[in-house]
Amino acid sequence: MSAIPVSPGAENWELPYRGKVAMLSLITGECAIFTIFVVGYIFYLGKDISGPTPAQVLDIPVFNTICLLSSSVTIWLSERQIERGRIRAFAALWALTLALGIEFLIGTALEWKKLIWVDGLTIRTNLFGTTFYSLVGLHATHVVIGAVGLLLVLIFTLTGHINESHTERIQTFALYWHFVDAVWVVVFTVVYIVGR
Amino acid sequence: MADQSIPIGGSLDVTPRDHERVPLLDRLHEWVVTVDHKRLGILYVLYALFFMAVAGAEALSMRIQLAVPNNHFLQPELYDQFFTMHGTTMVFLVGMPILFGIANYIVPLQIGARDMAFPRLNAFSFWLTAFGGILLYWSYIGGFGLYGMGNAPDVGWWAYAPLSTKPFSIGPTIDYWALALIVSGFGTLGTAINIIATTLSMRCKGMTLLRMPLFVWLMLVVSALTLITITPLTAAQVMLLLDRNLGAHFFDAQAGGSALLWIHFFWIFGHPEVYVLVLPVFGVASEIIPVFSRKAIFGYPAMVAASVGIAFVSLGVWAHHMFTVGMTSVSNTFFVLSTMLVGIPTGIKIFNWLATIWGGKVRFQTPMLFCVAFIFQFLIAGLTGIMLAVAPWDWQLHNSYFVIAHFHYVLVGAIVFNIFAAVYYWFPKVTGKMLSETLGKWHFWLFLIGFHLTFDTMHFVGIMGMPRSIYTYEANRGWGHLNFIISVGAFIQGIAVLIFFWNVIVSLRKGKEAGNDPWDAWTLEWATPSPPPAYNFASDPVVHSRRPLWDIKHPDDPDWKYES
Repeated sequence: MSAIPVSPGAENWELPYRGKVAMLSLITGECAIFTIFVVGYIFYLGKDISGPTPAQVLDIPVFNTICLLSSSVTIWLSERQIERGRIRAFAALWALTLALGIEFLIGTALEWKKLIWVDGLTIRTNLFGTTFYSLVGLHATHVVIGAVGLLLVLIFTLTGHINESHTERIQTFALYWHFVDAVWVVVFTVVYIVGR
Repeated sequence: MADQSIPIGGSLDVTPRDHERVPLLDRLHEWVVTVDHKRLGILYVLYALFFMAVAGAEALSMRIQLAVPNNHFLQPELYDQFFTMHGTTMVFLVGMPILFGIANYIVPLQIGARDMAFPRLNAFSFWLTAFGGILLYWSYIGGFGLYGMGNAPDVGWWAYAPLSTKPFSIGPTIDYWALALIVSGFGTLGTAINIIATTLSMRCKGMTLLRMPLFVWLMLVVSALTLITITPLTAAQVMLLLDRNLGAHFFDAQAGGSALLWIHFFWIFGHPEVYVLVLPVFGVASEIIPVFSRKAIFGYPAMVAASVGIAFVSLGVWAHHMFTVGMTSVSNTFFVLSTMLVGIPTGIKIFNWLATIWGGKVRFQTPMLFCVAFIFQFLIAGLTGIMLAVAPWDWQLHNSYFVIAHFHYVLVGAIVFNIFAAVYYWFPKVTGKMLSETLGKWHFWLFLIGFHLTFDTMHFVGIMGMPRSIYTYEANRGWGHLNFIISVGAFIQGIAVLIFFWNVIVSLRKGKEAGNDPWDAWTLEWATPSPPPAYNFASDPVVHSRRPLWDIKHPDDPDWKYES
C-alpha cells in the first residue's frame, strides 16, 4: 500500500499523541502499585515487635531529595530546549538530569549500606525493614529504569540521532521522570516525616 | 454530507492472498513474529480456547469426584490443585485473554484504524500472557512439592495468607502461581495501555467519543479499570514473593504482619476483576442485540454513563467478599450499600437492552440466542448478588455453594454465554465462513440446559449447607442427588462445548461463504472484506454517526439527522 488518500472533512481532526496517552495510562497503573506499598507501609507503622524503629535509624535525606526534585526542573528545561532545536543545550541539561538521578541512587545506596552494616536492619529484621526496603526499593527501581532511559537518550543525542522532531517523544519520557519525582514526594512524606 | 468515503467491498485494494503455497514452517514463523492486530487477536482467542478446554477438564474431574458421596476418583491433593488451577486458569488464561483478544481484533476495525496504536507492544503483551500461562502449568512438572513429584498450586485462586506463605506451602508451587500471574499481568497491562491509546488517539475522522460503538466504549472503560485493578495484585504478589523468598514479614503474623492485609489487597484486585471480565461482554451484547433486533441501541448516552459508573462503583465494593472476616459495623454497612449501588447502573443496562429488543424485528440466530439468555441469567446473577451483599445473609452463606452458584452465574451465565455470542457474531468476519446455524442451535440449547442443571442446583445445595472447596462429603448429608444432577449438567455443558469446537472445525472447512456483511450490521468492521486485509482500510474512513453503515445503506434516512 503506497500513499494513503486523505479523505475530505479531515481538516481539524486532531487526537492526542498516542505516546503521551500510553505513558499517562502506565503512570496510572504505577500509581496503584505504589498505593498498595504505601498502604502497607502505613498499616504496619509502629507495629514492630522488635527494633530498630524508624526514629532510631532513619536520617532525613535532604540533599538527595533536593537533587531528585531539581532533576524534574532540569528535564523540564531540556524539553524547552529541544522544542526550539537547541540540541547542545538540550544535551547539557539532559546530562545534568542524569547526573542528579545517579546522585540520588548513590545517596540511597549509602543510606542502605549504613542501615544494613551499622544498624543491622535488613528486609527480614522486622516489619519496618520489610516495608521500608520494599517501598523505597520499589521507588529506587523506578529511578534505575528512568536513569537507563535517560542514558540511552543521552547516547543517541551525543551520536547525533536526536533533533527537534523527537520533541513529543522526549516529553513523553519526561512525563515518566516527573512521575518518579512526584512519587518520591509521597514516599519521602510517608517514610521520613510521618513515619519517623 | 454527500461525500461518503467509507470503503465498501470493491473500493478496497485486496491483494490476492492464500493462493500461493507457503511452506508450513514459514507460515508458522509468520504467526510467531506477527504484529498485526488481527493475527494477535486470533492467537489470543486460540490460546484462551485451549486453556478453556484444560480448565474445563479440571472442572469435569471435580464434578466426577463430587457426583456421589465418599468418592475417591481424585486424590485429595489433586482435587485441591484442580480447583485452584480451574479458577486461576479461567480468570487469567481464559477470560481476560479471550476478551482482550476479541478487542484486539475488533476495536481497531470498529474505530476505522489500520492497526493498534503500538503493534509491537501488542505482540509483546500477547507473548507475556502466553508465557505466563505456560509458566503456571509448568508447575505440574517443574514444581517439586511435599510428594517429590509435580505439584501445582493448591491454595485456591485467592491464595489466602497464611496458607500461601512459606511455612504452610513448602516448595515453589506458590512462587509459580505468583510469578506466572505477575508475568501475564504485565501482558494484560500492556494490552490495556494499548487499547486506551488506540481508542483515544487512532479514531478515524468523524468518530467522536460519543459516536464510538459501545463495544469500543466498554473496552476503553475496561482498560482504564484494568490499569488500577491488575496492578494491586501484582504489588501484593511481589510482597508474597518477598515473604516467601527473602524472609520479609508482610503476611507473617508471628512478626506482627497481618493475613488480613492480603485478603484486602486480593479483593481490591479481585472484585474489580469481575467487572474487567463482565464489562466487555456488556459491549458484545450492545453490539449484537441492536443488529438482531433491527433497531439502534436504546439510550446510548445512558449506556456509556452506566458503564463508566459501574467501573467507578466497582472500586469501592471489595470488602463484601470479607463480611465473615469480622469488620466493624460501619465498614459492613458501607460495603453493603456500595455493593447495592452497583444494581443501579447495571439495571439501566438491562432495561436498555430490553428496550432495544422491544418492538424490534428480532432475528433469533445463534448470537442473539446467547445474548437473550445472557440478559436473563445476568439478571438472576445480579439478584443473588444483592442477596449476598446483605451482610447477615452473607454470614450464613459465605463459602457455601450458594456463592459458587452466584459467581458462576456471572462468569458462565453472563460472560461465557456472551463470549460464545461474540464468536458466532464475528467468526464470519475473521474467517470468511459462517458457523453452522444447526450446530450452533444444538450448542446453545445443550449449553443452556446443562448450565441451568448445574448452577441452579448449586444454589440449593449451598442453602442446604454444602461448603465450597470440600473434597468429598458423607452420604447422610442429603446432598448426594443434587450433586449428581450438578455433575450431569456439567457434562452436558462439556458436550455442548465439544459441539462448538466441532462446529468451528467443520465450518472452517465447509462453511457457507460469509461475504462482507452477513448480519446486515452497522459498524465499520463490516465494511471490510472477510477476512479483512492487512491494515484493514485502503483509505481512512469518515463517519458521521454511530451507525456509519446504516448511513450508507440508507442515504435517504441517515442517522446523523437524528443524533445531536
